[in-house]
Amino acid sequence: MISKGKTDQVTINLDGQDVEVPAGMNLVDAVALHGKEIPHYCYHPQLSVAGNCRMCLIEMGTPMRDRGTGEAILEEDGSPKIGWVPKPVIGCGTNVSPGMHVKTESEMVTGCREGIMEFLLVNHPLDCPICDQAGECRLQEFATDYGRGYSRYKERKNVKPKRTRLGPRVTLDDERCILCSRCIRFSQEVAKDDVLGFVDRGSFSTLTCFPGKELANNYSLNTVDICPVGALTSTDFRFKMRVWFLKETLSICPESSAGCNTLVSSREGEIHRIAPRRNDAVNDSWMTDSGRALYKQVKSDDRLKTPLVDREESTMEDALHSTVNALQGKSVGVVGSCNSTVEEQYLLNRLAKEAKAKKYLRGHFGEDDGILLSADRTPNLRGALITGLASSYPTEHLSSLAQALKKDRLETLIVVGEDLIDSKVDAELLSGVQIIYLGTHENATSNLARVVIPTLTSFEKSGSFVNRGFFLQGFQQAVPGPAGLLPDVSVLARLINELTGEGESSSDIDSIWKDMARSSTSPLKGLSFSDCKKDGIQLDGSKWADLAFVEKKALHYQPNAKPKDG
Amino acid sequence: MAKTVVLERKPLSLSERTYLPQIVTGLKTTFSNMFKEKVTLQYPEEKPQLPQNYRGVPTLVKDPNGREKCVSCQLCEFVCPPKAIRITPGSVPEDEEDREHVEKAPQEFEINMLRCIYCGYCQEVCPEEAIFLLDEYSSSGYTREEMINNKAKLYELGGTLPDKHYKWDKKKDAEEEGNAH
Repeated sequence: MISKGKTDQVTINLDGQDVEVPAGMNLVDAVALHGKEIPHYCYHPQLSVAGNCRMCLIEMGTPMRDRGTGEAILEEDGSPKIGWVPKPVIGCGTNVSPGMHVKTESEMVTGCREGIMEFLLVNHPLDCPICDQAGECRLQEFATDYGRGYSRYKERKNVKPKRTRLGPRVTLDDERCILCSRCIRFSQEVAKDDVLGFVDRGSFSTLTCFPGKELANNYSLNTVDICPVGALTSTDFRFKMRVWFLKETLSICPESSAGCNTLVSSREGEIHRIAPRRNDAVNDSWMTDSGRALYKQVKSDDRLKTPLVDREESTMEDALHSTVNALQGKSVGVVGSCNSTVEEQYLLNRLAKEAKAKKYLRGHFGEDDGILLSADRTPNLRGALITGLASSYPTEHLSSLAQALKKDRLETLIVVGEDLIDSKVDAELLSGVQIIYLGTHENATSNLARVVIPTLTSFEKSGSFVNRGFFLQGFQQAVPGPAGLLPDVSVLARLINELTGEGESSSDIDSIWKDMARSSTSPLKGLSFSDCKKDGIQLDGSKWADLAFVEKKALHYQPNAKPKDG
Repeated sequence: MAKTVVLERKPLSLSERTYLPQIVTGLKTTFSNMFKEKVTLQYPEEKPQLPQNYRGVPTLVKDPNGREKCVSCQLCEFVCPPKAIRITPGSVPEDEEDREHVEKAPQEFEINMLRCIYCGYCQEVCPEEAIFLLDEYSSSGYTREEMINNKAKLYELGGTLPDKHYKWDKKKDAEEEGNAH
C-alpha cells in the first residue's frame, strides 16, 4: 500500500464529490480511503491484478482532450468535458489519474453487481450451515449487500469434488470456489511455489494441484486466509468452531525474529486458530504455517502447571521463597532467553544486577526461508540487546557457561526457558549447582532443577518483542494461563523485591515501561507500552549495526541496512 | 393513616344458629356437580391435550430415513438467550457412505434444561430443521448433571419427523446423476 501523507495527491471525482487520493493508487483502495466500497473478490492489494471476478465493475471517465492539440475540451459552463467509458470498467484494473470521474453507485453499476452476484451463485452450493467460511465470507456479505436477493436459477447446479486434499494442511471444496485465482497468484508470487492451477473450461473450471504436486509449502494456509469463500479450508481448523464465537486478540508470532503480526482467535480461553494480521512494514498479510501451529503448545502434555521444589509439587509462595534462599549470598549465573519479552528481559537484567550474577544468553538458529521464517528462531533477540541483557551476539551453545561451571564458580543458576543440556552444557557440570528454572514446558534442565516456577506462553501474557528490522511490536494476552500461575514479569519483580528488600519493583507493564523509558541511552527512551500496542515502532538499531545478525534478505528486511527514519 | 373502625357483629338469627340452611346449600352444590361433566384431569395418569404450537423440551430429530439432520452449524448455540446449548462440532467419517456427503455433524450436543427457557429460538433459527420443541414438558432429575440432555437423549426425545425437503438426499442424487463433471 502507498504510505499516507508524503506521496503526491491527485483529485478525483468520486460519485460527484471531489476527493484527494494518492497518485497512481489502485481505484479499489483509493475509494476505500473515502469510506466507499467497491466490492471485489479477485483483487488483493498485495497480489497482482487478475481482474477475473468482475465484481468491481464501476463507471469511469477521464477529462477529454483534443486529439490534435492536446488541449482540454470544456463543457459550455467551462468545466472539463468528461469522456465516460461507454461500458463499465473494473475498478481493480484502474489506477487513479488526475481529474478522473468515478461512479460507484449508479444504476448501471448496481445492475452489474446484481448480475455478477447472480452468476457467481449459479453453481455455488447452499452449504452455509456446514461451511467454515460462514460469518467471514465475502460471498455471503456481498450477496446481502449487492445481490438481487432471490434466485432465478431453476436448473441443477454443477457438481464438483468436495473434500479434496490439496496438501497436508489445506482441504479444498471445489463447489464453493468462485475461480478468483487469488490462491494461484499467491503461490506464484509470494510463496514462489507454483503448484495450483485451473483445469477445464467454463462452469466446469476446477482448481487443482498440478499432477504429482501438492500444496505443501510453509505458506499454504495463507491461501485459506485470502480465499474469499469457503473453498480452501484449513484441515486443522475445519469444523472446529464457527467464526462468530471467536474473540480476536492482536498478537505477534513468537516463531522467529520476523515478528509476523497475528490475530489469535479464541473462545472461552481456548485458542482455535492463528491468522496473520496486515502490516505492510513487516509481514504484509502473510505468516508461516508453522507459526500458526504454535498455539498447540499451550495445551501440550509437557506443559509445566505446578511449581516444583526439589521435584515435589509445591506452592508458588514456597517456590519463590526457595528461590530467594538459593540466590542470597551465592554466586549466581543467569541464563536469559531470546523468547522472553522486552519487559521480562529488562527485569531479568535487573535481577542479575541485584544478585551480582553473570549473564548468559542463548540463541536459536535455523534455516532462513527468505520470506517470513528468519534464521533467528527467537522473536526477541534484539530486545535482549536493547535491554542490556546481552552485550554480545548470543550463541547456540553456551560454552562460556560450561567453562564457568568447570571452574566451579557458580552455585546457583537462574534459567529462563532454555535447555542447558541441549546447548552443550554437560549434565555432570550442573550436578553441584542449584538450578532455578522459569519456563513453560518441561525439558532436560527443568528435570534437573531444584526449583521449577512455571510461567506463561506468549498467548497468555501481554508484552512486546523487537523483530529483525528493530520494529518494537506489542501483543496482548489472548487467553488466561493455567490456574495459579503468575506472569513472568510478576515472578521476576517479586524476586527483585525480595532480594533488595524494597517493594519498589512493580510487575505492572506500564510501570516497567516507565522505568525502561527513563534511560537516556536506550532506544526505548520516552516510549510507553501503549505506543507499540497496535502498530510497531521503528527503533534505532544503529548501535548494533556491526553485529553479525544471522538473518538473510527477506520480505521487508534488508540485512545490515541502516534503519529507516522514524 | 386510615383509622381502624371496629364493626359490631350482628347477633345470629335462629335459623343461622342451627347451621342447617347453610349445610343444605352446600350439599346442593356438591350433589349438583356429581351430575355435571368432569373437568379434573387425573395427572399424571391422564395427560392434557396440547395445542399444535406448544413449546416443550427442545429435541433433535432425524429425517424419515433415520439420518441425523443436525449439521452442527451452531446457530442455535449462538441464538440461545440463556446459553443453554453447547455443541462440539465434528465431521462425518468418510467411510459412512449414506451420510458422508453431509460432511459435518455434531460430535456432542448438550442442552442444559436448567438453563433452557423454552423460547423456541433454536427451532426458529435452525437452517436444517433439525431441532424442534416437541410436546414433552415434564423433565426432572435428582442431580444437575441429569438435567443436561446429551445428544443420545435429545435424539431419543425427538425421534423422527416427516421431512418436506430431503435437502441432502437431493444433493446426493445430484452427485450421482446430475451435472457431475
